[in-house]
Amino acid sequence: MSSISRDDVARLAQLARIDLSDVELDRLAGQLTAIVDAVAQVSQVATPDVPATSHPMPLTNVFRADEVRPPLGQEAALAAAPAAEGGRFRVPQIMGEEP
Amino acid sequence: MTGLIGRTAADLAQALANREISSREATQAHLDRILAVDGPVHAFLQVDAEGALAAADAVDARRAAGEQLPTLAGVPVAVKDVLVTKGLPTTAGSRILQGWVPPYDATVVRRLRAAGLPILGKTNMDEFAMGSSTEHSGYGPTHNPWDLDRIPGGSGGGSAAALASFEAPLSIGSDTGGSIRQPAAVTGTVGVKPTYGGVSRYGVIALASSLDQVGPCARTVLDTALLHEVIGGHDPADSTSLDEPMPDVVGAARLGASGDLSGMRVGVVRELSGEGYQPGVSARFAESLELLRAAGADIVEVSCPNFPYALAAYYLILPSEASSNLAKFDAMRYGLRVDDGASTVERVMGATRAVGFGDEVKRRIILGTYALSAGYYDAYYGSAQKVRTLIQRDFDTAFAQVDVLVSPTAPTTAFKLGEKLDDPLAMYLNDVATIPANLAGVPGMSLPSGLAEDGLPVGFQILAPARADDRLYRVGAALEKALESRWGGPLLSRIPTLTEVAR
Amino acid sequence: MSVPVELMDLDQALEQFDPAFGIEVHVELNTKTKMFCGCPTEFGAEPNTQVCPVCLGLPGALPVVNAKAIESAIRLGLALNCSIAPRSQFARKNYFYPDLAKDYQISQYDEPIAFDGYLDVELDDGTVVRVEIERAHMEEDAGKNVHVGGATGRIQGAEYSLVDYNRGGIPLVEIVTRTVEGMGARTAEVARAYVATVRDLAKALGISDVRMEEGSLRADVNLSLRAKAADGEDQHAVPLGKRSETKNVNSLRAVERSIRHEIGRQAALLAAGGKVTQETRHWHEDTSMTTPGRSKEEAEDYRYFPEPDLLPVAPSKEWIEELRGTLPESPALRRHRLQESWGYTDLEMRDAVNAGALELIETTVAAGASAASARKWWMGELARTANNDGVELADLAVTPAQVAELQGLVDSGRVNDQLARQVLEGVLAGEGSPGEVVAARGLEVVSDDGALLAAIDEALAAQPDVAAKIRDGKVQAAGAIVGAVMKATRGQADAARVRELVLRKFGLEG
Repeated sequence: MSSISRDDVARLAQLARIDLSDVELDRLAGQLTAIVDAVAQVSQVATPDVPATSHPMPLTNVFRADEVRPPLGQEAALAAAPAAEGGRFRVPQIMGEEP
Repeated sequence: MTGLIGRTAADLAQALANREISSREATQAHLDRILAVDGPVHAFLQVDAEGALAAADAVDARRAAGEQLPTLAGVPVAVKDVLVTKGLPTTAGSRILQGWVPPYDATVVRRLRAAGLPILGKTNMDEFAMGSSTEHSGYGPTHNPWDLDRIPGGSGGGSAAALASFEAPLSIGSDTGGSIRQPAAVTGTVGVKPTYGGVSRYGVIALASSLDQVGPCARTVLDTALLHEVIGGHDPADSTSLDEPMPDVVGAARLGASGDLSGMRVGVVRELSGEGYQPGVSARFAESLELLRAAGADIVEVSCPNFPYALAAYYLILPSEASSNLAKFDAMRYGLRVDDGASTVERVMGATRAVGFGDEVKRRIILGTYALSAGYYDAYYGSAQKVRTLIQRDFDTAFAQVDVLVSPTAPTTAFKLGEKLDDPLAMYLNDVATIPANLAGVPGMSLPSGLAEDGLPVGFQILAPARADDRLYRVGAALEKALESRWGGPLLSRIPTLTEVAR
Repeated sequence: MSVPVELMDLDQALEQFDPAFGIEVHVELNTKTKMFCGCPTEFGAEPNTQVCPVCLGLPGALPVVNAKAIESAIRLGLALNCSIAPRSQFARKNYFYPDLAKDYQISQYDEPIAFDGYLDVELDDGTVVRVEIERAHMEEDAGKNVHVGGATGRIQGAEYSLVDYNRGGIPLVEIVTRTVEGMGARTAEVARAYVATVRDLAKALGISDVRMEEGSLRADVNLSLRAKAADGEDQHAVPLGKRSETKNVNSLRAVERSIRHEIGRQAALLAAGGKVTQETRHWHEDTSMTTPGRSKEEAEDYRYFPEPDLLPVAPSKEWIEELRGTLPESPALRRHRLQESWGYTDLEMRDAVNAGALELIETTVAAGASAASARKWWMGELARTANNDGVELADLAVTPAQVAELQGLVDSGRVNDQLARQVLEGVLAGEGSPGEVVAARGLEVVSDDGALLAAIDEALAAQPDVAAKIRDGKVQAAGAIVGAVMKATRGQADAARVRELVLRKFGLEG
């Protein structure tokens, strides 16, 4: 049976950009292990001959014409911004680089 | 229930068309009711009296001018807070969106407005639609009008409770794994999850994109059909929406109300009735089957052998898609920002999401991140998508033998608030009967089939092939007629009276 | 803080090591609207004025695919000799960054729209190298961050950043090559030529502005070194080394220079017993070096999965063939066709290509000049002028039509070669068209026999000894008279005609 460790949860929390407390890390490790154990059974029936379905309805080729539609407007776009400056969204210092 | 608020939407629509009442009167009556009882019920997160009355007045004016109006024009409606409403705060039940005012309307909201339905307000829900009890709302739970100590179901507990408490004659919900149907079952109301793609998802805050559907909720099958007709149909802004005419759901509801189901083949899903179901739930289910048989339907048992894997597949697909859909809540463009002023983007994101998201949301995001991780994709998400194929095949096989499938909607009646909060897995089991429909994209309905031994409502689920939503309404209407005949009236006439706040 | 980087001399490096490279080129499509929404894509608009719920990543918004973008991607794929996938799917690439409105990018992962192609790249000396294309896929661009408060406007040291999402959602096609090996000393040259060829191709297709300096064409360059195989040893048996990926390469020149730099840097590192880190580096044009990006403990896990909001793209065979019919002739094919039609030698053709004169010559020929004369002017007098003035041929103040007109004047005998050069000077100086310059400056060839005879008589009178020689039958002596007449007419006599008249005077032929 797979076990999700505290370190696993910490790493996942980093990937998901959620700060978790120590208490939360421990609790989640236990809960997630139980859940993952319960759901792991899917691999039993998911044999190589069964294709995956990512869309319930078999539609294809849904497109739109290359025609301009009115944008929101700068004011509406920035209306809910936690911070804005000079028509742009103001965000804190970025440490990392664009992946 | 007496007065305007006790009437069905169809009744109200008729009275409005006949100019017996005005939309303002109808809307005001419901606003008054909300004021009177929503304290204890807490179905609503936001009530827009001004907007609703303005819309009502506009409809009244149009009618007075002799305009031909859509059927439900002037009948008020409540909208689950997962649909964006321009100018009206929308939170999806989360603190991370507290106070966020969308700059645009969801397509469904636009259609409601265009059809002249005043929007009473936004209803409470489990945060980001993750839950089966509305206890995971960031703004406190909704209480079941049948028993205020109990859950109203989830994630759309608010939309269902608003109906059961007569605060609204119609409401809009969303269903990803049962979030319309299960609350309908535990509140004695009707709710439908349409065929995937049958109703636009544009403007619906996404949980699991391949599972989410918006649907109509009401107290009767006909009312539900009337609302379904308003909101359904192709939307070019939603690539996954079906580009074809809607099935005639209202026609089917009226046909079903004749009570004749001769020729209809009904399949009972073996894997969805049996152990783990409360005795009263199973009993009401069996009785309903008898009524269907008496109405002329052929009842057979069918097997859907992969259904036992549906819950597992669901709890892999949903968290995976949700972990991606909820990444946008990062404090950069809207919503909550937790920033001590000296922080970096990375820390602001982490701190905001830590504060803004509740436990269940965090749990599912972490689970989803895990299931999609390099090295785990094939075993988890990849495998779950294969189970989805198998579930679809089970439905295809079953529908080759029968016209509709039936089961109890949920294993139990409404449990007490707090009872299952500490055990996520136990909570997930509430969805075992409703989940398969979302995985396959087929439509499903829940309607009340009686009260269990604890005096609480039980729901009867009907499933139909994709695009055959009309079958739900035909069978549902027939069953409703037979049941109400036996009961001498609607089930909701037995709901305990809610104490009104003195005005 | 900049640390001096050890570089090995390039020749030395190439003696010891065998370089291999790969390039990822991003082509920004010139569709009117974005990849997944109807926002306009114009360059230079006020910030956040070309955004909507979809490209701003507002809750509830959904993407819808731009048909024109698909069309452009398929055409590009076909032009790259790729197979077009009968079914391709969009995928989410999940990562957090402020310029990514949804914190995932809609891209393509294991089902790209085009794959397994190649591009024949012609080098300056005519060598053709076939670069294999692994895939071309569609994706959306991110917004733009502006960093405020730091010294140089870069990330390091910035206090905060400002984000404009206008660029977010603009369609991109990413083209990925297979590893190109065995180019040795020509590695940088081949890489540069590849990017230039892709640029020309996209331009010919009309699907992009492909201006590297504006960002509508971007290149990321991967380079690795492995030990040079000993004589008799199979180079392929030596495993490829770890590679670096260099970003911010925003000119053709930078493609070439950054590769040379990386070869030198990695060689020095390896020779000193060090290890090359698989990392992302940034090219700095001003200091001519690459610097490492922030080191990460582990590679980013993008958790790709099929985009549930978008349906598969399954172009019909008919549509693909229809699009194939819209492809312009490949630049290489065009060059061969022109060469045959013009009758140039390989060397003449190559020189014309390198001088950027192909289109000019083509237009000149279309305006009526012969291919030989067009080449004479553009590769001769005009090339010299351009060189002296330090400009490109195309920037000279003379049009192909004017060149053709000028040649027409020569062909009709109105001017001779020497006069023609003077006329050209006049055109370049802005005096007008060739015809106008001839008239204004009076540069026509004197064709009036009477005037010529008069001049001849004068010359004969001035050189009686020459006249005597001619009388005696010495035909060559006529040259002196011709020369005198040419001088007297300031070169505006038709020398051949003068000679003819002189000889006829004495009853001679020659």
